[in-house]
Amino acid sequence: MAEFKDSAHLIRLAGVFLLGLVLFVVLQRTMTPRSFGRYGPFRGDALAEISARPVAYAGHEVCETCHSDEAALKASGAHKTVNCESCHGPLAKHADDPGTVQPVLPDVATLCLRCHSKNIAKPKGFPQTDAKPNSGGKPCDACHKPHSPGLQAGDKK
Amino acid sequence: MTLNRRQILLLLPAATVAWEYVLAGNPDESPNYKMSEHWWGMLIDITKCIGCGSCVRACAMENDVPEGYFRTWIERYHVSDWHIEAPEVDSPNGGKDGFPPGKEEGGKNFFVPKMCNHCVDSPCSQVCPVGATFHTPDGVVLVDYNYCLGCRYCIQACPYGCRFFHPKKHTADKCTLCYHRITKGLTTACCEACPTGARQLADLKNPNDPIHAFLKTHSVQVLKPHLATGSKLYYNSLDGSVR
Amino acid sequence: MEGFMYPNEVELQWSILIVLYPFLTGLVAGAFILASLERVFRVEEVKPTYRLALLTALAFLIVAPLPLQLHLGHPERSLEMYLTPHRASAMAMFGFVYLWYLMAVLVVEIWLDYRRDIVRLAQSSRGAKGLLYRALTLGSYNISPGALRIDDRVGWIITLIGIPSAFLLHGYVGFIFGSVKANPWWSTPLMPVVFLFSAMVSGIALVLLMYMITCRMRRVAIDMRCLDTIAKYLFYTFVIDFSLEMLDLIHRIYEADESFRSLDFMVHTRLFLSQIMIQIILGTLTPLALLSLSQLFRFSVAARRRIYATAAFLTIVGIFAMRWNVVIGGQLFSKSFLGYTTYKMDIVTREGLLPAVALMILPFVILYVLIKILPPWQAESSVVVEAHGDD
Repeated sequence: MAEFKDSAHLIRLAGVFLLGLVLFVVLQRTMTPRSFGRYGPFRGDALAEISARPVAYAGHEVCETCHSDEAALKASGAHKTVNCESCHGPLAKHADDPGTVQPVLPDVATLCLRCHSKNIAKPKGFPQTDAKPNSGGKPCDACHKPHSPGLQAGDKK
Repeated sequence: MTLNRRQILLLLPAATVAWEYVLAGNPDESPNYKMSEHWWGMLIDITKCIGCGSCVRACAMENDVPEGYFRTWIERYHVSDWHIEAPEVDSPNGGKDGFPPGKEEGGKNFFVPKMCNHCVDSPCSQVCPVGATFHTPDGVVLVDYNYCLGCRYCIQACPYGCRFFHPKKHTADKCTLCYHRITKGLTTACCEACPTGARQLADLKNPNDPIHAFLKTHSVQVLKPHLATGSKLYYNSLDGSVR
Repeated sequence: MEGFMYPNEVELQWSILIVLYPFLTGLVAGAFILASLERVFRVEEVKPTYRLALLTALAFLIVAPLPLQLHLGHPERSLEMYLTPHRASAMAMFGFVYLWYLMAVLVVEIWLDYRRDIVRLAQSSRGAKGLLYRALTLGSYNISPGALRIDDRVGWIITLIGIPSAFLLHGYVGFIFGSVKANPWWSTPLMPVVFLFSAMVSGIALVLLMYMITCRMRRVAIDMRCLDTIAKYLFYTFVIDFSLEMLDLIHRIYEADESFRSLDFMVHTRLFLSQIMIQIILGTLTPLALLSLSQLFRFSVAARRRIYATAAFLTIVGIFAMRWNVVIGGQLFSKSFLGYTTYKMDIVTREGLLPAVALMILPFVILYVLIKILPPWQAESSVVVEAHGDD
């Protein structure tokens, strides 16, 4: 009994620790997000939050629903792998509301040179050019129609 | 092409239907998308990359990537002769505005687009103390912006340098493989914008995906294989000098 | 920036605050190990520093999480580390190691050792102080010999558990760096061990200095037997620490793997001042030379005090430099091994120099308060003893 009396303070200490533990468990139960662990060791709601982001690029299939003529022209030329928004920029807003949102065509000189300016690191066989000597001061699309850029007889003026 | 009102009225329903699936919501509740049916990866074909930077710009616009930070970027390599272990590399503004002409110095020159490798055994998700960066059941590594502490351990742990600290959100950030697009049946913004088809989204669980045939018939590499991260970013014709 | 770096690498992620953190926890571990020398290994000579070492450890442990909180992008979410800890993450597990060490080891040990004084002070103090002491008694005023014997026994067990706990506390920090395979400057199995031994070195040096300073402030003679013993343990620990660091260096140079050329260049340029000058020459070789001299030759008391104080001070500076070189150095080179960046340390921002300096001073302020509340020393006699040397 004397032993017990002499260790009473340790029992109180243990009590404090137990209280702390209980508090911790309560905190953990109440404050952990509900969806945590639903699909794995993360907050399940995050998936929905991340997927809910609105898209900026509509994707060429959506463009082609309305603009099938341009799509057909492009499909037979050298730019067949170039998707619409690659040049025209993100147009989901336009697809959503074609009447009000009008796409702005980028500046031709900057646009074409981004891909076609001469660079030693570009793959062999990829059409590259030194713009100035080639164009004689004219914009690229004076001779090369962007939707079908190959030069036909009579294109060069 | 200008459409008259009648044409617009006819085409609108078709466009709306096409658009509707784009706007469908939750990946786990969406009737069109089941996470268990997909295992996402990406194929990058070095022989086709022209370093135009369209992917970098498209990603920035699609995902509001802050200026000076990159979810994807392009590196230009110059390897002179046999010095494979000492390439000259540059990436001006991540390749966002393309590349200046470069010296005509022979050797071997090529572009390497980089992005998150969406590793199967990602070191980033291993070290995250709270589970704010994680793998989705369909193989995409994501960051939970509402849970991340901003401790930046994951940024340190990524061997590929694809993570950054978002200056406004104050959390880690990186390529999401355009999760908000691929769960709606679209491709990623970078793949959509790539003019040469150098970047292709790959669904490794889809037996009809062209990646399977490609992997069988081409010499394909991943970055830093010795670190065994389980990278799902496959490169065609990746030179040994690429870091 | 020099050479090529991945675009996202140019900006450093972990600042001086993250340098401070392993430095502070290292001091905690080291101070505690010194305290445990007396308690568990019965090194009687260092008894005068026992309580001081424990209070020092507590003061630094309280401040240790603060640089982390200042660094976080969302400090308000830090509780998540306790709510949903990711078990694979060393950082998450560290939260629990810290909590364990603070509560179950340090606080309990201090409480058990001080209980008699707490009870006496609870009975004799008035006002707010009295309230504090009465709260600290947890309502038990039993300081009979039997109770004190039990306290001593339990305290011994706690200290025993405390030694591996202290190892874990700082070893874990080393592991947080050492387990990052992406970073060859950090990734080595030696990292936790090097961190631990450098922690012990810095902690012992700190207690040595604190003892000398507090003796001077209290105008009390320095117990030279105690000081000599602390210096001896400092020397032994330093020899082990130095050997480990040399092993790492030699191994790197010899194996010369893919990262070596880049790291070597970095050490000789970007880290020349902090690593070669401060950490190695000033912070390791000089104190080692001083300490070995003091072990090999007889010096007067005054000379020994000067040697020890200088060695201890240089040691602490050197260990801080070591933390700097690990944390900052690990971010100065590109993971492509083709380039380097620089660390632009701000002065006044959240992660700048000023907060770091404030956080360095804060533990001493807390220690002062702790010493006032829990005096490590018995009440002095009114005779002032001049602490002059003579030998």
